[in-house]
Amino acid sequence: MKNSIIRVLVAKPGLDGHDRGAKVVARALRDAGMEVIYTGLRQTPEQIVETAIQEDVNVIGLSILSGAHMHLFPKLMKLLKEREAIDIIVMAGGIIPGEDIVELKKIGIKEIFTPGTDTNRIIEFIKENVKVVR
Amino acid sequence: MAEQDRRRRMEETKKQWEEGSLKKVLNRFPERNKVFVTGSNTEVNRLYDPFDLIDFDYIDELNFPGEYPYTRGVQPTMYRGRLWTMRQYAGFGDAEESNKRYQYLLKNGQTGLSIAFDLPTQIGYDSDHSMSHGEVGKVGVAIDSLEDMETLFNNIPLDKVSTSMTINAPAAVLLAMYIAIAEKQGISSSELNGTIQNDILKEYIARGTYIFPPVPSMRLITDIFDYCSKELPKWNTISISGYHIREAGATAIQEIAFTLANGIAYVDAAAKKGLDIDTFAPRLSFFFNAHNDLFEEVAKFRAARRIWAKIMKERFDAKDPKSMMLRFHTQTAGCTLTAQQPDNNVVRVAIQALAAVLGGTQSLHTNSRDEALSLPSQKSVRIALRTQQIIAYESGVAETIDPMAGSYYLESMTKKIEQGAMDYINKIDQLGGSPKAIEKGFIQREIQNSAYQYQKDIEEKKRIVVGVNQFQSEEEPMKDLLKVNPEIEKRQTEKLNKMKKKRNEAKVQKELKLLRKTALSKQNIMPSILNCVKCYATLGEICDELRSVFGEYRESLKI
Repeated sequence: MKNSIIRVLVAKPGLDGHDRGAKVVARALRDAGMEVIYTGLRQTPEQIVETAIQEDVNVIGLSILSGAHMHLFPKLMKLLKEREAIDIIVMAGGIIPGEDIVELKKIGIKEIFTPGTDTNRIIEFIKENVKVVR
Repeated sequence: MAEQDRRRRMEETKKQWEEGSLKKVLNRFPERNKVFVTGSNTEVNRLYDPFDLIDFDYIDELNFPGEYPYTRGVQPTMYRGRLWTMRQYAGFGDAEESNKRYQYLLKNGQTGLSIAFDLPTQIGYDSDHSMSHGEVGKVGVAIDSLEDMETLFNNIPLDKVSTSMTINAPAAVLLAMYIAIAEKQGISSSELNGTIQNDILKEYIARGTYIFPPVPSMRLITDIFDYCSKELPKWNTISISGYHIREAGATAIQEIAFTLANGIAYVDAAAKKGLDIDTFAPRLSFFFNAHNDLFEEVAKFRAARRIWAKIMKERFDAKDPKSMMLRFHTQTAGCTLTAQQPDNNVVRVAIQALAAVLGGTQSLHTNSRDEALSLPSQKSVRIALRTQQIIAYESGVAETIDPMAGSYYLESMTKKIEQGAMDYINKIDQLGGSPKAIEKGFIQREIQNSAYQYQKDIEEKKRIVVGVNQFQSEEEPMKDLLKVNPEIEKRQTEKLNKMKKKRNEAKVQKELKLLRKTALSKQNIMPSILNCVKCYATLGEICDELRSVFGEYRESLKI
């Protein structure tokens, strides 16, 4: 049984060092009453999935601006499936071209937030999609 | 007497204006906001007038161009002598592809190259490392060994170009490769012209491509200062960067405060090593961001020059004027580009580029309109370059030196930014200098707070971003975005394997062992690294050897 507080893992996959967005989102989610774990930079998909399971999170938020998303995201989704953790909602943000967004949604990434997104929209999205036992 | 009369008349007239026509208008039409602020939340007055500059001393605060404290610029003729260098940051895929792009740029009159490396190269991993998957050739060119570097500069005479390399943690290795290919071209290292970024402190603060912990990292940097002062006298040994600090969310004041505090730390470290200040300080260069708030940005560049000159003269007792001159490269602000209505970004970039030029930059990169969506397309890159050319050749701002000087607002803002930055620098001194302030998380926290505040201001519509939180419109998705060839990673790995079979393995192992010995000693590390790259030890092998001696940096996290 899950806790009544939504738990979110904000993660930086790959070698990308742009963490402004990840940190701003992490803080906004925390201020909205969620429990937020931030991985820091240079996380492999394996590390992210492991942390997500260990920390029993409801949501993984991936942030990437290096262009490696089409390599790293599918790998992460595959690992989640293998670990039978597909109940975790995966969302992403960063510099992700429109045609890639279509592909990424097909493999189960629930939403992709591009630059300029209002953090309230992200908060609403999480609240609508996470079914927490209250 | 006449002076006093004039002053009295001015005071009386101002009073009349305030109590008369101003008051009347304010009563009927209240102003748009209670408080007006700059792009960085610094308060702006309704009006600036001679009263703001009552104690203003022209010689102390501005002086003539090329004279201390260099507020009006570092050269006596500025752009009347030579325009700024238009230096577009480029590089993608493998060395062969990037070489073609550079040759094209040079043929079209560009004299300065600016090399973008991919992330594995920047973090010291070869293309076949497990951490490199998906990243090879993405945000820049992949370099594994001297062989790639030979391809990258094939048919480019290194005595004719100046090359700027955005490389930090493994800067010594890439510089060594550059020296080695110059040697092969028959060019002496003393003729080489260019810059390595080599600024590790801002990597810990904002950019993230660190490898080693601070102490050995600072040693690598000061080894480079020392080596270059003897062997590469024309090389800019560091580009102390505020750009990424600003991108991470810092304000204009924080940008220059933290950058100059880092500058102080590098000078301190070099002095501690026993280097003479006037032998290395003239080769220090800087790199700043240019945002949308035109006056604030121009003031920022001028304030930075004035502060650095004073620091070098008063704090470090520099004697050579060149040690006191803050020379800088500027890039327009990536974080101001919007994914919405991307064509509007052309206008933002134009304003930012104008700020850089009015601020007296030595070189400039203008961003492309599509960079909030992907790596820039060729067409967008061309518009960005043309923007600089229009400013240079059509706007008229380059025809006289520091044209905004003397503006009541600009000079007041320059002073305000100088004071704000000095307050931060003093605070950082109290914390024990910037490496300590970084370790304590002070600088990172200040930046994160500013970034969060900025985001909240946008969401609460205290700050308007056209197309994002106001004036939105339905739009077609942008077409022709650049795609990096996914085959690059495979091709690069194959090349690497082939090269490893060709090289003299015993020699490589011997040189790596010697490198380890040097790393453990107090000797300058550059000659050892140079020997390693010459026998085709890879970037990853060299960095691994250093990792095993120096250890790796881990950031401590606080949100």
